[in-house]
Amino acid sequence: MPAVSKGDGMRGLAVFISDIRNCKSKEAEVKRINKELANIRSKFKGDKALDGYSKKKYVCKLLFIFLLGHDIDFGHMEAVNLLSSNKYTEKQIGYLFISVLVNSNSDLISLINNGIKNDLASRNPTFMNLALHCIANVGSREMAEAFASQIPSILVAGDTMDSVKQSAALCLLRLNRTSPDLVPMGEWTARVVHLLNDQHLGVVTAAASLITTLAQKSPEDFKTSISLAVARLSRIVTSASIDLQDYTYYFVAAPWLSVKLLRLLQCYPPPEDAALRSRLTECLETILNKAQEPPKSKKVQHSNAKNAVLFEAIALIIHHDSEPTLLVRACNQLGQFLQHRETNLRYLALESMCTLASSEFSHEAVKTHIDTVINALKTERDVSVRQRAVDLLYAMCDRSNAKQIVAEMLSYLENADYSIREEMVLKVAILAEKYAVDYTWYVDTILNLIRIAGDYVSEEVWYRVIQIVINQDDVQGYAAKTVFEALQAPACHENLVKVGGYILGEFGNLIAGDSRSSPLVQFNLLHSKFHLCSVPTRALLLSAYIKFINLFPEVKATIQDVLRSDSQLRNADVELQQRAIEYLRLSCIASTDILATVLEEMPPFPERESSILAKLKKKKGPGNLPDIDDARWNVNGSTEHSENTESTNKSPPSLMADLLPTNRPRPASSSPTLLSAGTMGSSHPFTDLLNLNSTPSAGASLLVDVLSDISTPAPINVSEDNFSRFVCKNNGVIYEDQLLQIGLKAEYRQNLGRIYVFYGNKTSTQFLSFSSSVTSSDTLKTHILPTSLLNVHAKAVDPTVDGGAQLQQVVNIECLSDFTDAPVLDIQFRYGGTLQKIAVKLPVMLNKFFQPTEMTSQDFFQRWKQLGVPQQEVQTIFKAQHPMDTDVTNAKILGFGVALLIGVDPNPANFVGAGVIHTKNTQVGCLLRLEPNTQAQMYRLTLRTSRESVSQRLCDLLSDQF
Amino acid sequence: MSNLPVVQVTTLKMQFMLLFSRQGKLRLQKWYVPLSDKERKKISRDLVQTILARKPKMCSFLEWRDLKIVYKRYASLYFCCAVEDQDNELITLEIIHRYVELLDKYFGSVCELDIIFNFEKAYFILDEFLLGGEAQETSKKNVLKAIEQADLLQEEAEAPRSVLEEIGLT
Repeated sequence: MPAVSKGDGMRGLAVFISDIRNCKSKEAEVKRINKELANIRSKFKGDKALDGYSKKKYVCKLLFIFLLGHDIDFGHMEAVNLLSSNKYTEKQIGYLFISVLVNSNSDLISLINNGIKNDLASRNPTFMNLALHCIANVGSREMAEAFASQIPSILVAGDTMDSVKQSAALCLLRLNRTSPDLVPMGEWTARVVHLLNDQHLGVVTAAASLITTLAQKSPEDFKTSISLAVARLSRIVTSASIDLQDYTYYFVAAPWLSVKLLRLLQCYPPPEDAALRSRLTECLETILNKAQEPPKSKKVQHSNAKNAVLFEAIALIIHHDSEPTLLVRACNQLGQFLQHRETNLRYLALESMCTLASSEFSHEAVKTHIDTVINALKTERDVSVRQRAVDLLYAMCDRSNAKQIVAEMLSYLENADYSIREEMVLKVAILAEKYAVDYTWYVDTILNLIRIAGDYVSEEVWYRVIQIVINQDDVQGYAAKTVFEALQAPACHENLVKVGGYILGEFGNLIAGDSRSSPLVQFNLLHSKFHLCSVPTRALLLSAYIKFINLFPEVKATIQDVLRSDSQLRNADVELQQRAIEYLRLSCIASTDILATVLEEMPPFPERESSILAKLKKKKGPGNLPDIDDARWNVNGSTEHSENTESTNKSPPSLMADLLPTNRPRPASSSPTLLSAGTMGSSHPFTDLLNLNSTPSAGASLLVDVLSDISTPAPINVSEDNFSRFVCKNNGVIYEDQLLQIGLKAEYRQNLGRIYVFYGNKTSTQFLSFSSSVTSSDTLKTHILPTSLLNVHAKAVDPTVDGGAQLQQVVNIECLSDFTDAPVLDIQFRYGGTLQKIAVKLPVMLNKFFQPTEMTSQDFFQRWKQLGVPQQEVQTIFKAQHPMDTDVTNAKILGFGVALLIGVDPNPANFVGAGVIHTKNTQVGCLLRLEPNTQAQMYRLTLRTSRESVSQRLCDLLSDQF
Repeated sequence: MSNLPVVQVTTLKMQFMLLFSRQGKLRLQKWYVPLSDKERKKISRDLVQTILARKPKMCSFLEWRDLKIVYKRYASLYFCCAVEDQDNELITLEIIHRYVELLDKYFGSVCELDIIFNFEKAYFILDEFLLGGEAQETSKKNVLKAIEQADLLQEEAEAPRSVLEEIGLT
């Protein structure tokens, strides 16, 4: 036991703690604790009333036991008694217990609140502080309801003690964070701002935090804080180090306050007033100058505090992004830190430079440090620092240095920490694609990636290289030659076999002229890898073989032998067996012409967002995507091309490669014979291929073919009563009358959806001749031939529904392009001899094809700015139709399909979301923001997407929901 | 205000502070965000392991989940704060140091045992210094003055105890 220091002597507690420490095993400890708990329980339950001291001691013991990690389920009542005591020492322990344990027992809250209320009214500053600390520590909604309106008056009252003001300020801040709606704004706000002028620096420090939070909630109300903050900051940075007495920390004047003031200023753009602006610039210059002065102390605390202020100043400079001189000076300062002996400073410099790299004023200045950063990547001993170096290299990369950076990252990858390999692979792949001047370099880089870190190369990466090779004629021969060479290695990664198989299957003919890579050599090379590969890769190789049969008739017999072998035809895996059988059959019966048509070279892929980029976006990390363009980013930088592909693409849908990983990546096919619209959900395109000549089965005719059904006039009186209730949810009852109830259960993934429709017969009589079908009428009107935007297939259902029974129907949906009109469900049946006709609008809306996107606030604002064209934004202001409840709104926005981005909007009362709409032809990134105004009971909704029609449609859908 | 202001979020709060020994025993925990007991235990366990696995001389900052961890070792104790990603790491490091100074001054050359046996004092000092995760009073003198005043109140209030109680037999 240590010499008892100050304060009281709760010997019983000290003895107990010693006992616990002397326990030799966990069991012994548990035993001792149980004994103590039993003792305390009996004391609390005993007839003899305990005196305050004993109560305090036992409550303290319980607290100790809880902090050791054991559960405590009693003692709360005693703690509440203690906090209502008049003795400070008992009160203090009572409050401590409640602060630590209250969330497990909130039924006492009214008693606790009562104690707090008395203490707040006591005018005893120590008691008031205890009560305020408790509110700040617990911060529950109940406490906010009870005290949020009272604390502002304590804070601004003239006669409140300084220490109470400090506690009140931070207490209010906590309540504003947990329950912003309960903290009323009012005439006190102006007086709070003036606390920045207070004599007492402790009061200013606490108030600065509060004001920063409030200024984010309502920037306009706290605008006056800008000039006060600048004035205060200016006085601090120009003061002699002793002026501020105890607020000087290791020769640095009020570092905490300085950081807070600099943060507060980051809530606002640069001051408009010229004098104020130049005063602020002077402050920032002074801070930068001080960094160059010799240190006043060798203690690390001195340099830490000084640099904490410096980094915050740099953050403000970057935030303003308007003073080129300051930006460049900041960059130079960080450049010095890159080589500092303190690891912490090197880490921070790398991190801070990442944000500087995205400013046009400092991008070039950042680039000059490339060698130092590369060196950091090679020599830093701490992986978290190396990670920062990778991020910075990624951020500073542009066309001028891409080759160097990619090469360095590749060479680092060979020894990189496992924890960061996958992210690095994605980054290398993105940079290689984005800055490729010639595609041979790109192909080399990706093959190198696979060679060095094959296990970390995700599907997206190898899909992408194939997409690019297929779309770029000039690189196909080179790609074939390169993969052929790479496959020569005795041990090569399975991902290389996949890429190799695909590319040789498509373009092997381009190198077949050389006898060293004759068709037979190519085939033998691929087939030598076959047995070492997993089923999906083997399936891909089989497809490559059938492509070979078309490309090279001379190897047909060899390949047929392989397909015919038992290991293929009788393979235990059904997919492989099926492919082998079908390919073999195809090669035997089809004429050369048919083969050539069926196995034709893949048409170009429609341009779309790089799937790799989408993947990296999902992985988070600061500065992870500082300077990558928006969703419409593509290989050759041309967006025109993509528009073309979209509007000329008249073909039925193909399977989604992403959903069916065993398939080869597959372009939107422009050869309509290859795939019929009915293949959705089939895992194997060639099954249908073989069915082409056979008569469609009876069942197939029941499939609703969208193209042929377009002319069917829509029935009158389509029910859409419940339609809007499904915007933010997927399940529920969509229609109900005396006879029939229709329930829905829907699930969506990317651009595909499936709805289970349940028809409930509410009568006791059978429905006869029951049928239901779906029509989708939304078409691309600009086209002569109607091209559907939605592909909808309803499975056929039984023609009878028994009384009281329920019938289920599956409807599959594929979203081809952005659409407005929802499909209609047409139902017919006979009930008691009369024909009933019902039409119900199916709740298939554009937002169902959202994939949520998490992003940092930095990314969010960058994208927001990029979508700045007036047509891309749609805004509406509307009256709330429901009570304005934060949780409900959160749930609705999530149900809408976007990611709810917490802490992105400077005003915590606002809601911000992001997501990507997946259609087959394109992906549309979407950002939204909902600003509630509780006083006016109004909302403002703003949507930004890259397409006007999408922004408008989403806005219409969502604005109906609140 | 039809456009979003080009602002990052600037309210950055400390999420929690943990003190633990080299053996991984938690000595103090302060949570500034509402979390269930279960989450707290999981976070503490994972984070203690992560930090103990790091070598000396490594950077004091690390990214952990979506938070930034700032930590420093003083003798046998690790002090660790979790802040938000954009927060100021160096000033957090000095928050830790200032807290250590306060403990040191109050206990007189503080050691781990002082914090074990007087854990309630460690909490009181922390509350005077940091409230809701924000610096409330950064002057060492003022914080200690507040604590000493409270101790005075305490001593006045204490009545003599019986001998049995003094040796901890009750």
